[in-house]
Amino acid sequence: MTHLPYVAASYALGVAVPAAFALAAFLRLGLARRRLAALDPRARARGPGKTGGAA
Amino acid sequence: MDGSHILTNAPRPGRPGRSLHRFANPGRFLRLAARVQPWLNALALILTATGLIWGLFFAPADWQQGDAVRIMYIHVPAAWLASAGYAGLAACALVSLIWRHPLADLAAMEISPVGAGFTALCLATGSLWGKPMWGAWWVWDARLTSVLVLFFLYLGHIVLVRAFDDPVRGQRAGAILVLVGAIDLPIIKFSVVWWNTLHQPDTITLLGAPSLYITMLWPLLIAALGYSATFAAIVLARTRAAVMERRIRALLAARAEALS
Repeated sequence: MTHLPYVAASYALGVAVPAAFALAAFLRLGLARRRLAALDPRARARGPGKTGGAA
Repeated sequence: MDGSHILTNAPRPGRPGRSLHRFANPGRFLRLAARVQPWLNALALILTATGLIWGLFFAPADWQQGDAVRIMYIHVPAAWLASAGYAGLAACALVSLIWRHPLADLAAMEISPVGAGFTALCLATGSLWGKPMWGAWWVWDARLTSVLVLFFLYLGHIVLVRAFDDPVRGQRAGAILVLVGAIDLPIIKFSVVWWNTLHQPDTITLLGAPSLYITMLWPLLIAALGYSATFAAIVLARTRAAVMERRIRALLAARAEALS
């Protein structure tokens, strides 16, 4: 493969940047969901994964 | 104050943009987003993996550029999303300024870091493509410079919305910056037409036939769809988290008020 270092660096960035954002977003979402479930009795009553219906 | 208004700010009847408010109600948004998120995640993963693997291992090398052309399958989707993300940010800014909807403010705050990340990815892969093809990591070309301005606009929005003690004032200032900065989008698009640039003209346009061989076009389109779904999934997850965090702050404030 020609220009291998440039292609490899591009694909490494192309995977790492979205993956880092995705991981951070889902960790943050999980934390928010747990904290809200601990604080809001309505969310807790609905059980895990149903916090979205807390309105 | 029980904080429940945070998730139940229903629109007033007869108000302009009522249907938009109905869909932007944070409680309804959380319920809808929780259903959409798993499908969007799966779509993002499958399409991105397919597009990148196809582009890296199975698409043909270019007769002039060799394998360096494979950078296109990262660079072009990242460039499209840098502009599309900013257009989404501008739409949120418009909704925020006209209807003052808090969900639009939250979405704008969550789009700008992701947009900045994809713009940085576009600039970095552009440099990695430019070095072997042009012999330079960077040139002050109209296309490259206007994308760099877009990156700074994203950073400006990230900083400005957090720079005020009153978050509403910060979000208003950020929305105005975004709308003024939207002038950069047509400049990016037409920079290769208006100026004599080192950057190549668009190979894919809405109206014209693509000047790309079909075996390169398919993986590019799939990678672009995959990256778009990835961008949307990340923004959706971040916005869901932001709505929940807002609700948590309201509940904590209500408890503190009840105790005092």
